[in-house]
Amino acid sequence: MGITRRALLATVPLLGATGARAATEAPVDPVRIGVLTDLSGPYRDVTGPTSVACVRQAAAEFTRMLPGIAIEVIAGDHQNKADIGVAIVREWFDRGGVDMVIDVPTSSVALAVAAVAAEKNKVYVNSGAGTPDLTGSACNANTVKWTFDTYMLAKSTATAVVREGGQSWFFITPDYVFGHQLQRDATRFLTASGGTVLGAAVYPFPETTDFSSYLVQARASGAKVIAFCNAGNDTVNSIKQAREFGLGGPGQMLAGLLASLGVVHSLGLEAGRDLLLTESFYWNLNQRTRAFTSRLLAGSGGTIYPNMAQAGCYAGALHYLKAVAALGVAQAREDGAGVVAEMKRLPYDDDAFGQGLIRADGRALVPAYLFRVKSPPESTGPWDLYRLIATLPGEQAAPPLAEEHCKLIPA
Amino acid sequence: MMMILGYPAPLLFGQLLLGLINGAFYAMLSLGLAVIFGMLNIINFAHGALFMMGAFVAWMLLNYLGIGYFPALILAPLIVGAFGMVLERTLIRPLYKLDHLYGLLLTFGVALVIEGLFRNAYGSSGMPYQIPAVLGGGTNLGFMFLPNYRAWVVLVAIVMCLGTWLVIEKTRLGALLRAATENPAMVQAFGVNVPRLITLTYGGGVALAAFAGVLAAPIYSVNPNMGTSFINVVFAVVVIGGMGSILGSILTGFGLGVIEGLTKVFYPQASSTVIFLVMVIVLLARPGGLFGKAA
Repeated sequence: MGITRRALLATVPLLGATGARAATEAPVDPVRIGVLTDLSGPYRDVTGPTSVACVRQAAAEFTRMLPGIAIEVIAGDHQNKADIGVAIVREWFDRGGVDMVIDVPTSSVALAVAAVAAEKNKVYVNSGAGTPDLTGSACNANTVKWTFDTYMLAKSTATAVVREGGQSWFFITPDYVFGHQLQRDATRFLTASGGTVLGAAVYPFPETTDFSSYLVQARASGAKVIAFCNAGNDTVNSIKQAREFGLGGPGQMLAGLLASLGVVHSLGLEAGRDLLLTESFYWNLNQRTRAFTSRLLAGSGGTIYPNMAQAGCYAGALHYLKAVAALGVAQAREDGAGVVAEMKRLPYDDDAFGQGLIRADGRALVPAYLFRVKSPPESTGPWDLYRLIATLPGEQAAPPLAEEHCKLIPA
Repeated sequence: MMMILGYPAPLLFGQLLLGLINGAFYAMLSLGLAVIFGMLNIINFAHGALFMMGAFVAWMLLNYLGIGYFPALILAPLIVGAFGMVLERTLIRPLYKLDHLYGLLLTFGVALVIEGLFRNAYGSSGMPYQIPAVLGGGTNLGFMFLPNYRAWVVLVAIVMCLGTWLVIEKTRLGALLRAATENPAMVQAFGVNVPRLITLTYGGGVALAAFAGVLAAPIYSVNPNMGTSFINVVFAVVVIGGMGSILGSILTGFGLGVIEGLTKVFYPQASSTVIFLVMVIVLLARPGGLFGKAA
């Protein structure tokens, strides 16, 4: 029996496999990335499945570059509860063979996970949470903070709004840490630019769906800027109702201090028009961001365009894998802090955020872009939502090291 | 400016009016619950999910079939009501002879399944639904700016509540229903198809929830969790009003909306708990609820 071409071809992958095995002796456990996110609650659409898709995209692209390193991506739902998040992460580290945890929206969960990552000497890349404490009072050598924090949002949006003539402010704030932190940071920057705060309505979180009472108070205050310090569904509901109550007309501005792409998409351009907001990524910024987005949509079969938190999962995972490759898998496994040190040493370079550095405190220095939401006639498609107004360079968008009190930085 | 208790009167009047608007939703939702509990003895925990379905069906009608708000106001309750009747025939019926708790557990599970399916299909951040152009804009009442759509909601809710009350208390159909609750065997002996009557009642109660869902769609974003946030308050309303009392649930719904609205002026942080405080006080003083028969 002669050798057929098909039989010959079939042996090729086999040869490759034996070659790889010979090099490493035993079958290698893959590098495992755990995406801890909100898969069922209010932050599902602003992080959630699209974050998972972004990490898978990073893994797929990395595998094409360096096929020798096996990667596995798993996902977990923390339900926005710190205890559940910590339990999942401990399980992952102790028994699941997970080497790195990424995303983790909701500040309370994000801070709890940081402590576990340090205790187990694993890698933690946070993209989805807003608290600046991850690189401040709660910083550690195993944590990298990508994408954004309340400092960046407040500085970019509040300063720009005052510059545009929005002198007097009224806040609508949810009664929990994130809301208070965002309002505090925004107040700091708007007063520094010469603005004043006329009042704030603090509403019970998370059980509020009707914002009319607070909006009527906002209207009665006569403030020129109504600022929303909330996120996710709350932002959608409150801005929608603000329009209904005639707020944001001529001479009055609405500012969404954490409104991301999905939120604006849910709002619709009619309700969201002219809203000022800050993100560190937008799919239509440049050639590279467009290329990343079309690869992601094609690769995942998804229809939801990524926002900054989700793109941060792609960039963070890709940069992590590069650091793992530089150190070698075995060494990277052993020492999470070593991988993070390598991540800080290597400049990051990806299609979503471009090129930049990670600072000693773990903060990725990504630029902050100020956008204005387009009006319906300006928009050419369902995801054509933003117009770029201003850019804040990465060094200025991150909290100054001197103010952070991070123990990694010698005072 | 006139002051009442140290607060400017316009602010108080404004919150009173807003409370009335919220109360309209509470009243409509608790009305459906009261009808179902009064006639079927089922504590329908799926009510919030069915309210959400009403809003979603309106959204689907608009986006897939181009059917607008006003037809949806009639079609969505019919569609969701039909779904409710299927639910009653297939799942709920076998539980009538058992303790209340089984019905409660079943409908709670059904609610989780429905919400999970919608969350899977449409995500959690919600779909936009515009206010119909005719009802857009608002009127400046001097003490506050009243969006026309909210005025419409109050008006429609009052008509709907009175209509339901009239049907149950003053018509032959309502009399049959009440009789069937009292003594099903006797009514059946008179040649009335009691099981069908019960299916229709459940369908009617569900349709009321869906109707409220359509009304709510332009105000809140259409999202899978929209029912969950209402259902706790609505249950409190039904308990305070007296389980199964139609008039009780209507009046309590509006009344609690107003109390909640006023709390938002005096101490906003407590606005989400004040209703439960009222519930505790009422249950201590009158265990059967304000309008209920003695327990």
